[in-house]
Amino acid sequence: MVDFLNAIVALLNYVIVPATSYGAQLALGALGVTLIYGILRFSNFAHGDTMAFGTAITILVTWLFQSWGIGFGPLPTALLALPFGIAVTALLLLGTDRVVYRFYRRQKAAPVILVIVSMGVMFIMNGLVRFVIGVQEQNFADGARFVITATQFRNLTGLDAGLAVRTSTVITVVTAVIVVAALFWFLNKTRSGKSMRAFSDNEDLALLSGINPERVVMITWLLVAALATTAGVLYGLDKSFKPFTYYQLLLPIFASAVVGGLGNPVGAILGGFVVAFSEVTFTYAWKKVLTYLLPTSLAPDSLVQLLSTDYKFAVSFAILVVVLLFKPTGLLKGKSV
Amino acid sequence: MIVVEDLHKHFGGFHAVDGASLEIRKGSITGLIGPNGAGKTTLFNVIAGRLPPTSGRVLMDGEDITGLTPHELFHKGLLRTFQIAHEFGSMTVRENLMMVPAQQHGETLWNTWFRRGAIAAQERALAKKADEVLEFLTISHLANQKASQISGGQKKLLELGRTMMVEAKIVFLDEVGAGVNRTLLNTIGDAIVRLNKERGYTFCVIEHDMDFIGRLCDPVIVMAEGKVLAQGSAAHIMENEAVIEAYLGRGLKNKTKAGATA
Repeated sequence: MVDFLNAIVALLNYVIVPATSYGAQLALGALGVTLIYGILRFSNFAHGDTMAFGTAITILVTWLFQSWGIGFGPLPTALLALPFGIAVTALLLLGTDRVVYRFYRRQKAAPVILVIVSMGVMFIMNGLVRFVIGVQEQNFADGARFVITATQFRNLTGLDAGLAVRTSTVITVVTAVIVVAALFWFLNKTRSGKSMRAFSDNEDLALLSGINPERVVMITWLLVAALATTAGVLYGLDKSFKPFTYYQLLLPIFASAVVGGLGNPVGAILGGFVVAFSEVTFTYAWKKVLTYLLPTSLAPDSLVQLLSTDYKFAVSFAILVVVLLFKPTGLLKGKSV
Repeated sequence: MIVVEDLHKHFGGFHAVDGASLEIRKGSITGLIGPNGAGKTTLFNVIAGRLPPTSGRVLMDGEDITGLTPHELFHKGLLRTFQIAHEFGSMTVRENLMMVPAQQHGETLWNTWFRRGAIAAQERALAKKADEVLEFLTISHLANQKASQISGGQKKLLELGRTMMVEAKIVFLDEVGAGVNRTLLNTIGDAIVRLNKERGYTFCVIEHDMDFIGRLCDPVIVMAEGKVLAQGSAAHIMENEAVIEAYLGRGLKNKTKAGATA
């Protein structure tokens, strides 16, 4: 019985808690991708670098606050800096739209052209981020590291296995819940949100209404700036910030959005968790959990790890391919690609 | 009201509209008929700003409106419906109607947060107006249904209802009767006549149902191969030889002629 509890705690500690936190970050990223797909109708390859840009600005503001001696108690200072990061990212996105995307929108360019254009934007943002903050890894999490450490947990429960809950995990989950609730309230209850849904439902008809298309586009970019920066900062607090890592995040984020159904916000959230849990489950060494569960004679000698963590992106890819083969519009019905 | 001057729309080598000139008189219910592929819908798409013309002009009350976007034309009171009815599927029928009017307070982020009262008052007024429109169209019972779940004919009525949420001047109806049952088609026909009489809407209607055209429309414009073939009252048009030829083909007509002389 105690072994069973130990197994559950180990499972929580190494799989469920980290995957929930990672899933929430992916979900926020995928929501941004899915909003752009639903309303502006293209896959935005620059999204990973938008997240990196927002995070970089937030880190700079965090450092400024720290140099002024401003802190946020046990919470990371980055949360105070987040609104500034969002604001600057919003300006960047609106500027990009004005200079680049609007031109192609007026041309009524095919989505595939916009995708290529977004790749160009991606490379520029990529360079911009490295120019602003450099290529090296940055740790900017401060405040309390743990809500409860493994040792505290062991002492508290008397169990063998420990459960550490990091502050960043709690912040990630709480923030994600608040952001998602606010987003859904906005989309379903406000007139601006309804205009966005109308645009996503039927663009031809939306243009034949009093809806101002340019305003819908603007609000979309503002929401995307907020979602991308929040996702990026949460990921950075949880792990660390490195421009290249964020560029790579594009893959699991797109996998999440596509798996859930592109253009469908609920799908993006579901997809984020599906991808995160699959990645963690496939790359986790199950030895510890199994040792608790199985009789000593059956205890595994190897790590019982299905894939090395180096292959975690392969997991996103595999899910992506399988879903596209069997359910091209995603788990929840999105727009057909 | 609307004057189309020598309008061309080419898709590569295909001349969908090939030098069409026509006039839609203010206060009329003008019918636009012609065989499939005659260029009727393309003409609508060009007039309504969905496609840019290859050449030619469109005037509305003497003002050049060629190449304006659908959104700009909407603000001028030029509205259209689609051959296959369009709707905002994720919203209710009432919400669909409430989306139509422009300049709503709730459209800006600032007002969303800081002028909740003004928005609420406006929304109530819009909801009331939407309910009146639904009553006029005799589909009040559908108000809270998802628009994606109502029948094709009811969607056509909803599209007509959209035009009633604003002060429309001219409405282009693309095949209002396609896939609509008799009873509902009569309801639509009655609504069109009432809107024309009571609110002074001008209509231009593409339709294949000649009974419907004959009952509602005067004048009727016939298009074939991208050009305007004939124009006149419905009765007049139905006896026009060129029109019969366009619909039935030259060979058939010659055969009937040959049969008559023999």
